[in-house]
Order: sequence, then structure tokens, then C-alpha cells
Amino acid sequence: MPSVKPTPEEFASNAIAALGDSALQHALAELPKGLAAKRERAKAALPEFEALRRVGRNIKDHVLDNLDLYLEAFENNALAAGSHVHWASTAQEACDIIGNICRETGARLVTKGKSMVSEEIGLLADLEASGFNVVETDLGEYIVQLRKEMPSHVMAPAIHVRPSDIEATFRHHHRELEPGRNISTPEALVSEARTVLRDKFIGADVGITGANFLIAETGSAILVTNEGNGDLTQSLPKVHIVLTSIEKVVPTLEDGWALLRILARSASGQEIATYTTITTGPKRPADPDGPEACHIVLLDNGRSELLRSEYRDVLRCIRCGACMNFCPVYGAIGGHAYGSVYSGPIGAVLTPALVGLSAAANLPQASTFCGKCEDVCPVEIPLVGLMRRWREKAFDQDTSWRNRAALRVWAALAKRPALYRTAARSMVAILAVLGRSKGHLEHLPFASAWTRNRDFPAPQGQTFQAQWARQRGGGKR
Amino acid sequence: MSRDAILARLRQALPAGRANGARRDAVNARLASPPKHIIPARVNRPRNELIDLFKSFLATQNATVLEVTAAAGVPNAIADYLRSENLPAFARMGTDPFLATLPWHSAPGLTRQSGRADPDDPVGLSRAAAGVAETGTLMIASGAENPVTLAFLPDTHVIVVGRESIVGSYEDGYALVMKEFGKSHLPRTLNMISGPSRTGDIGGHIVMGAHGPRRLAVLIVGEESSNRVAR
Amino acid sequence: MTEGQSKKTRVGLFVTCLVDLMRPSVGFAAVRLLEAAGCDVAVPGAQTCCGQPGYNSGDTASARALAKRTIAAFEDFDFIVVPSGSCAAMLKRHYAELLADDEEAQLQVRSFSERVHELLSFLVNVCAITSVPGTYEGRVTYHDGCSGLRELGIKMEARKLLESVPGLELVEMADCEVCCGFGGLFSVKFPELSAAIAAKKTACIDAVGPDLVLAGELGCLMNIAGKLSRDDSGTGCRHVAEVLAGEMDAPPICWPGKQP
Repeated sequence: MPSVKPTPEEFASNAIAALGDSALQHALAELPKGLAAKRERAKAALPEFEALRRVGRNIKDHVLDNLDLYLEAFENNALAAGSHVHWASTAQEACDIIGNICRETGARLVTKGKSMVSEEIGLLADLEASGFNVVETDLGEYIVQLRKEMPSHVMAPAIHVRPSDIEATFRHHHRELEPGRNISTPEALVSEARTVLRDKFIGADVGITGANFLIAETGSAILVTNEGNGDLTQSLPKVHIVLTSIEKVVPTLEDGWALLRILARSASGQEIATYTTITTGPKRPADPDGPEACHIVLLDNGRSELLRSEYRDVLRCIRCGACMNFCPVYGAIGGHAYGSVYSGPIGAVLTPALVGLSAAANLPQASTFCGKCEDVCPVEIPLVGLMRRWREKAFDQDTSWRNRAALRVWAALAKRPALYRTAARSMVAILAVLGRSKGHLEHLPFASAWTRNRDFPAPQGQTFQAQWARQRGGGKR
Repeated sequence: MSRDAILARLRQALPAGRANGARRDAVNARLASPPKHIIPARVNRPRNELIDLFKSFLATQNATVLEVTAAAGVPNAIADYLRSENLPAFARMGTDPFLATLPWHSAPGLTRQSGRADPDDPVGLSRAAAGVAETGTLMIASGAENPVTLAFLPDTHVIVVGRESIVGSYEDGYALVMKEFGKSHLPRTLNMISGPSRTGDIGGHIVMGAHGPRRLAVLIVGEESSNRVAR
Repeated sequence: MTEGQSKKTRVGLFVTCLVDLMRPSVGFAAVRLLEAAGCDVAVPGAQTCCGQPGYNSGDTASARALAKRTIAAFEDFDFIVVPSGSCAAMLKRHYAELLADDEEAQLQVRSFSERVHELLSFLVNVCAITSVPGTYEGRVTYHDGCSGLRELGIKMEARKLLESVPGLELVEMADCEVCCGFGGLFSVKFPELSAAIAAKKTACIDAVGPDLVLAGELGCLMNIAGKLSRDDSGTGCRHVAEVLAGEMDAPPICWPGKQP
């Protein structure tokens, strides 16, 4: 069962399809009232919230300035705690490392917590192709796994799926359960997932989790969940694999506390996630439970390039999802339309770096630059500025004269005030006449994109400059 | 080797170029002496208010908060709780010394077993070395004393915490846990637990008991009038 | 600056291309407000466009050229006032970014930047006016344009000024700070998306059922008015300056009627 292949180049048509998808629209309508509102309440309840955003940003910037050294320190301490540490330059390398660990363990059943990195590298498909039975244990990820979809949100992967569709999916896949059972409520659906997945937790040979943060001073991984699936995944099997990316490291636990104070609040409006676990190495000799081996896989996959690029600030991201919770574009079309593992504003900046600008060019274009994302980002990533940079790059690379023509004409006129005023006067006068009777135009031949869904105001007929010159007689400089 | 290639690429990206001595010194200094960051002002309050804050967060986060004034009352408090919730009179626990020396004979109906959790165990019993008032969070170090599976496999998790171990911030809580843990390194897991398991993945509706325990009961042990705090 | 000072404040009005071409009455409203506040207003003829279309499309070269011209055109004024949050932000913040590498221009850029103000912000925070020429009997709601709000912090200025208009009842709509979907060229590059976002804004407007929806941003207003008009809504759309100045001869945006 291959996972869905990302298709950011199909954004435009995906977006239109998404606008017409009533089930999706129904799900998206909840976003402002749910996650966004909760974040606002959490911020209101913590006076230090804004100051902590600056602290978070500074911690991350300091780490990025010294990423090599902190990764070395992390590795040393992780090794000292008994973990194995692996480095993977590419997605395939990471898949191979994990596949080998599973093979050497003689694994058959693998449980997996939510990990955006695993989506990025296509781990699920790779492991399944190698013959391993892999089960997503985060409920949202489990749902999209069954539906053979990509997650549509970094924090809430199945946010696009209605409860009635989840019921249909469960009925379709949980064939062993009694067909006449009632699973029409969220409680019943959760209860069923709990029952089905419990056996997997217990029977797994290998458990794979992500990590929200890595702590250099102790060689630890911090994993944050509300369900507890991460803890069951990492505590029950013989082998625990932490799959994470190189920019997740922070220096000390003090830095961890600061970032934890803004993570859950930004993501879901909780004071803290229900289960925040600091994991260091495998079980100790006297421990009655816990994995015998702990492997940490550090993935690069383009991040070292990002570090030396003008998009470096995007590496501060702590994957909270706040930017997409507040984005008017994401709120209109959901995550799948982006055709990428990472959607919303963070996806618009990250995806072109990961898959190339030509495939992903539409993503940074599809923004109103309203700036709300920057406002809510817990680590102050300048998302609008970064999207603008991608637009600059796209403009420079765009050889199509057609695309640049309108802008070039405008710019040429704007640089020549006298010519601008003449051209403007004529155009405005014509449109004013055309729109006089109604006060607006319902069809604009050269800009039908506007008038498809909106009327275009009729200009008042004369330019301000022309009237001013007449009334005040001069003022030209 | 990917490790060397990645580190080399990272070093190329950095303004200083190579890992020069000054940069390494600065990093080591920061690791050795980490800066203290902002601690929420909400933890600066008198002890009884701090404990009230701890309790109120836990209640909001759907945990049941119980209190007993003395250790001697713990077994009955647990037995009463389980009975009131129609739960089996059973508790799996580790070798935690505080739990071990409780007068269990005073609650003869309560069956106890020790060790890691069995999947069929209905109730897990742990002791937290610290309770953190800033968000209603319990900190538990894993090991033979408090096996980690007790906190995740059973349907119901009961955590006992000493009143004097309730502190304000994560920083204070961590210091307390590590002091008790007594080793120079961390346990396999330091679990920070703030409520029962939950999910919002079904249409945004919050439902308890996603994979971890459906129920969390936190039993605070100690005299209410006592403002003693563990150091 | 206080009233009674012998030397009047010299304001250069950056009228903005949308006001200049589409709705000059907004420009005249701005002039009326500035003169009522005791300023001398001039409108340099060398101005055209602030450069946002090129800047936000990645055509930094054109934007840089326009920046230099605009700065040069406004050299001699005490203040440069702009009846648009996005254009004001472009002039005040982004010109400095565009010209960051131009060492010779730095002094000029900094001086320019300091003197640029969005109109409402200028009236409240610099002129400290307490009354406005306009009166209006009716219910209005206010849309906070994103640039003015998030780049320049303009929020309470609009409310303060509107509350000083005799007869006017201000009702806040839900999500007044949420983007209307205009986004400049976004509105024609992704028209369905833009319209879908605009529909959410007009739903909020309809929920309070005002006589007028106002904003300090003509781009937003054209988008909102266009949607309201297509939906045959009874709510009119004006730039806030029109109400504050009492420049209400022109019909609301998209409505028929005699243009001044």
C-alpha cells in the first residue's frame, strides 16, 4: 500500500477541487472555532507568552549558528546513555537504516507514532514494500493510513475527515468486528481504535517514534503526545527507533522547558500536552520494562542546504501547526491541496526547498501575505518574507514573457509619471463609461479572473492627479 | 560516511566557517552553565495557592484529584476511589519504597501485584517524585521503582505525590526528581503526565482514553496546614 | 505640533495608485482631514505607484527603482501621509529593506521612513485630533486591513476616529482582523480562492447588517465591495476617510449614482 505521492505542482486544480468539496469545507469550518480559538485563550492565560516567543527564536537561532557542535554533543551523550546514533543524508538512506534495524531485529510487526519526518521520507511505503507490517498508532495517522491519504495538518493529520467518514473507514477495515455494532459517536470510534490498536502495541517488535526536541546535554529525545501512543510505541517493543531531523536539537533541558511552554499552547491551546516524555537511551539493566535497544536516526534531507540558504529561518520551526490554523488560504482549502507533506505557510516555504521550486512554485504564490502566520509563529519565523524570496527566485527564473509582461508594463508606466498619467486617464475614463449605469462592471475582458466571482467597481472617471492639478493648479514636482 | 558529510556541510554553512576554538568554547560554556529562561509568574505565590493551582489544572485536564493528610491513609484512599468508580480493587505497582512501606493491611480488599504492567491489569499505581503546579503535571522517573508501563497500559492510573513535592515550575520539578533519582544520568524515561489520555482526531471532539489510561487519579499526601516543601 | 503654531506642518500626500485611478474622492477626503487638522497639503506629481505589485511578485528591480523615485519625490515634506495601510507599510518598512544594500541612500531612506505615516495613524498619533468634519447617521462596521494592522499596528486609531463622528454607531463584526482575500495580485492569480475568502468576510458583515463597511485600504474595499455587489447586498462600502471627512457625495463603491 504505497503512500500518496506529493504533487505540489497540481496546487491550482487541487485548490479549486477543495473549494468545492463540501465534506472538507465542513471540516475546515471548525478550525477557527477550535484550534485557533484555543491558542488565543492559552496565550491570554500566560502573560509571558510573547516574551517566550522571542526566547524560543533565540534558542533556535543560537543552535543553528552551532548546529554541528550541538549535534556532536548530542551524539556523545546519546551514546553514553546507551543509544545507537545513525546519520542519514537522504530520505532513502534513512529508510534503509530503519529497514536494516527492523530486519536485524527479525521484526514482523512495527508500530509507529506520528512523525512528519517519516512522511517526508516515505517510510511507511518503504517498510511495507520490504514486507514489514507497519501500523500507525496516532489515531489521526491511523485513520489516514487506512484511507491511503497523506496527513493534511502537521498536528491533526485527519482534520479533513468527517466523523461519519471515519466510521465508514473503520467499518471497511475492521472486518473482524461485529457488523451490527454502533460506532456512530466519537467515543465509540475512539474506543474501537483503542481496542484494535492495543494488540498492535503489545505485539510490536519495533516501535518508531519521532522527536519534538533532542537535548544535546543529555542525549535525550522529547516526545509530546496527548494519546499516549508515543509512550506505548516506545516502551513495549524490544527496539525503539527515534526518527528525527538534525535541526531538532536544542542545547539543554532549560531550553527544552522554554520551548515546551510555547509548543502545546501554539498547537492546540493546551497548557501542556498530556504526555511529555524525556527519553534517554534504552532500558537500564534493572528496569522491568522498556526497550532493549534505542536507535536514533538523524536525517538531513536538505536541511544542511537550507542552513546556508536565505531560507535558514525556516529551520526554527517546531511543527506546532499554528500557522496553518490561522491561514486564510489553508482555511479555505485544507492541507491536501498543497500536495506536500508540509502544508500551510510553513509548507509554502519548506516544500520548494525539499522538492524544488519548479514543482512547488505555486505554494509561495498562493498567499495574500496577510501576515497572520508570522504573528502566531512561536519562534517568529518571517514566513511572509521567506515566501516573497521564493517569488523573487521564481520571477528571476521565469523565462515566460507572458507572465512578466503585465508587471513589466505596469512598472514601465509607473517609472514615467507623465506617461502613467496619460495612460491612466484614458483607461479610467473608458472603464468609468462602461460602468456608469451600474456603478460596477460585471465582465472585465482583460481581467475575467476578478469578475468571475465579483463585480469590479467603476472608476469615478477622472484621476485624482488630474482633478488636483485643475483645482489646485500645480503641485507638480 | 553520512555523519562526516553532514557535519562538513553544516560547518560550511556557518558564518565562522570551521569549528574554531572560540565557537566550541562558547558552546561548551553554554552547555555547562545554561542560561535560565523566563519562568511564568503564576508560580510565584504562597504554597497553599500553588497547591490549589496544581489541583485546579489537573481537574480542568480531567484528572481526579484526591487528598489524604497522612501516608497511613493512602491504601484506603485508593481502595475508596476504585470502589467509587466501580473499578476492580487491584493495583500493580513497582518497588517504590514509599509505596512499599504503606500499611496495605488497612485495605485488605485491595489486591496488589508488583512489576511491569500486564496488559490485563486494570489499575497501575505509581509515585511521582514531583508535582508541577504551573500546568498540573506529575513527573515520574522510570525504573524498577515505578515501571513506565504502569502509566500507559492499564485503563486507570493512580499517581501518589507528596504534598511537599509539589513545586512551581518544571525547573524545580526536574531538580527534585533528579535529586531523588540520585544518579548522574537520566532514567530511561522521565514522564511528565498532565491528565488521562485524550484525542481530538475525531472531528475535533475531545475524547478521553485514546490509547493510554482513560482515567487518571492523583492522590496528594500530606497535611494541608503544612507548608513544608521538599528541597 | 499644536494649533496656533505659525509654521504649518507640510504634508506630502502619497495618494496611492488605486485612489488616484479608481476613487479620487478618497484622496480629497484625506486632504480635507489633513487640512482640518491644520496641515498644508501638497501632492507631488512625480508619484505613481508604491511598487507593491512588483515587490510582491518578486520583481525587486522594478520595486527598487520605484522606491528611489518615490523617496526623491517626497524629499521636502515634514510628513508623508498615505490613505492606505499597505502602501504606507511599503513606504515605511519595505523601502528600507529594498535599499538596504545601497549605502549612499541610507540617510535619505531613514529620513523618509521616519516621516511616512498612514492617514489614521497620523491624525490620531501625530496631530492628536479629537474631532472630525464628518457626520453620519447610521451603523458601520470596520475591516482591519492586514498590512495596516500587522505591519503598522493600526487598530484603535480607526475606532477612536469613528467614535468621534456624530450620529455614527460602530459595531464590530466577528473576525474583523481576518484577511478579506484581496492580497493584491493574489485576487487575480487565485481568483476562486480569493473569492472564497472574501465570502467569509461578507458573511461576517452580513451577520451584523451594517449600513456601511469601512476600511482604510482601497484594495480590500474593492474586493469586499465587489463581492457584496455580486451578492446584491444592501451594505455599502466606503473608505473610512470618506465618512470621517464627510466626503459622501460619491456613491459607495460599486453602487450606481452620480460620481463627483
